[in-house]
Amino acid sequence: MSNKLLLGRFIPGDSIVHRLDPRVKLLMSFYFVGIIFLADNWQTYLFLFLFTMVAILLTKIKLGFFIKGVRPLIWLILFTVLLQMLFSSGGTVYWSWGPIVISSYGVVNGIYIFMRFVLIIFMSTLLTLTTPPLSLADAIESLLKPLKVIHFPVYEVALMLSIALRFVPTLMDETEKIMNAQRARGVDFGEGNIFQQMRAIVPLLIPLFVSSFNRAEDLATAMEARGYQGGEGRSKYRVLSWQLADNLTILAFALVTVVLVILR
Amino acid sequence: MVMDITFKDVGYTYQVGTPFESRALHEINLTLRDHAFTAIIGHTGSGKSTLVQHLNALLKPTSGTVTIGDRVITPETNNKNLKPIRQKVGMVFQFPESQLFEETVAKDIAFGPMNFGVSEEESLKRAKEMVQLVGLKDAVLERSPFDLSGGQMRRVAIAGVLAMKPEVLILDEPTAGLDPEGRRDIMGMVQRLHQENQLTVILITHLMEDVANYADQVVVMENGGVVKVGTPREVFSNVQWLRDKQLGVPETAAFADQLIKKGFQFKQMPLTETELADELLPQLPQAGRNDNVE
Ligand SMILES: Nc1ncnc2c1ncn2[C@@H]1O[C@H](COP(=O)(O)OP(=O)(O)OP(=O)(O)O)[C@@H](O)[C@H]1O
Ligand SMILES: [Mg+2]
Repeated sequence: MSNKLLLGRFIPGDSIVHRLDPRVKLLMSFYFVGIIFLADNWQTYLFLFLFTMVAILLTKIKLGFFIKGVRPLIWLILFTVLLQMLFSSGGTVYWSWGPIVISSYGVVNGIYIFMRFVLIIFMSTLLTLTTPPLSLADAIESLLKPLKVIHFPVYEVALMLSIALRFVPTLMDETEKIMNAQRARGVDFGEGNIFQQMRAIVPLLIPLFVSSFNRAEDLATAMEARGYQGGEGRSKYRVLSWQLADNLTILAFALVTVVLVILR
Repeated sequence: MVMDITFKDVGYTYQVGTPFESRALHEINLTLRDHAFTAIIGHTGSGKSTLVQHLNALLKPTSGTVTIGDRVITPETNNKNLKPIRQKVGMVFQFPESQLFEETVAKDIAFGPMNFGVSEEESLKRAKEMVQLVGLKDAVLERSPFDLSGGQMRRVAIAGVLAMKPEVLILDEPTAGLDPEGRRDIMGMVQRLHQENQLTVILITHLMEDVANYADQVVVMENGGVVKVGTPREVFSNVQWLRDKQLGVPETAAFADQLIKKGFQFKQMPLTETELADELLPQLPQAGRNDNVE
């Protein structure tokens, strides 16, 4: 159960990627999704692939964990690739049957799309594997700050985000515990027809809701008791600091962009 | 049927094949006899809860085999058809009140037996019996379990497991967080079930008094392994060894241990106050005289 939910979980480490400022990692992950659309031939894809591999190497995390990130999406990817292969024409036609054509153009495009998916998933997995969720929340807060001028509730959103992230593991443990307790009382989870399965969920969901509400109430009381006011002027325990490595990362991505533009 | 439970070279690792792998049990060889009252003690994190979850196949060993009555559980065992084991081996988890969910106490207690194919009528009848057994009034049957106090919820949760009529009852720190009277009530009830209904009881506890008073076999765990199995008297006779394992001893044993250091002698380690008094009295020079009280 918990093994499946492992996907994209933070893996503590001390690599150069782990130590980067989470803001840089977040921004560059988005940026990467943007520049991947610059790639349009095998040289550019090969170059991006090599770049991604170097980034993965720098995390000192086994490649297996990145590949695991692709697995849950594999059907979506294959479906998209198949559509692309079967319904785009051009170049040499290898085989055709009514509207369905397998052409050299389709095959090449299929491969490109596959690469695009895999590289994007690798990069975002890299972000979540090397960045603790709470640092990500801090990064989002910091990046959203400019929105305060239009009265966007940055602090509140950031607080909600960090509390939610903080309680994901707790909630997962709790789920596991209650599932075991109900299994011991004869509930079969994930067995029988859909109706039976839905019924099996009730003895899990109700205790989970009850304990979440209790926990939320406790947390609110504890925060108030310690004088939490929120918002303006509150200093932070985890201070983000921008360093040379962060500038170099941005520079690296800028260089990648330049190389892509030249190679395409 | 004989419900001996045997562990053979059992190992268990959480989250195998991930960087979060943690080995919780290793090389466990252990037999829990039918109708015995076994206490499992050990420092926090020593693997007690992990061990007992093997007893009703909630966890399957990652190596070795667990034999429960006539069923053999191996790492390859299929998850289907485990229900008969779960009916025979009832399990009360740590803080079991978190498993309550029905509208009424009666329905919640009847939930277990109904899952095992007992009719609704019979299950509700059992609910009524069990509520009395755990020392609650009939009136709570129609109340919502969420309106009860923590201690009452605990009793309802225990009743919910007892209603399944298990042959083996596992209790994981059933009295944690209860007041002394609640503790005595629940332990008294467990002892009655053991003596009158011949239930096999397996109790995880941090309270050495409970071990001394109720158990006839003690399993000591440390770092995922079993380091000692014996009667309470055997285990508690070596006070220093237990302290090294970061475990306590019953107050009486600790007291006797102090006296031994001062030159007193005991034929056997006293585990109850009566035993202590009986052995101590003849050794006191002025026993029974109180004319030298200051
Ligand atoms: N779901 C889990 N995932 C990973 N590791 C776990 C999990 N549950 C327990 N462990 C680990 O297994 C070891 C044994 O835990 P276990 O809960 O069996 O200890 P325990 O003896 O019952 O302790 P306590 O007295 O605190 O209840 C611990 O080191 C714990 O961190
Ligand atoms: Mg435990």
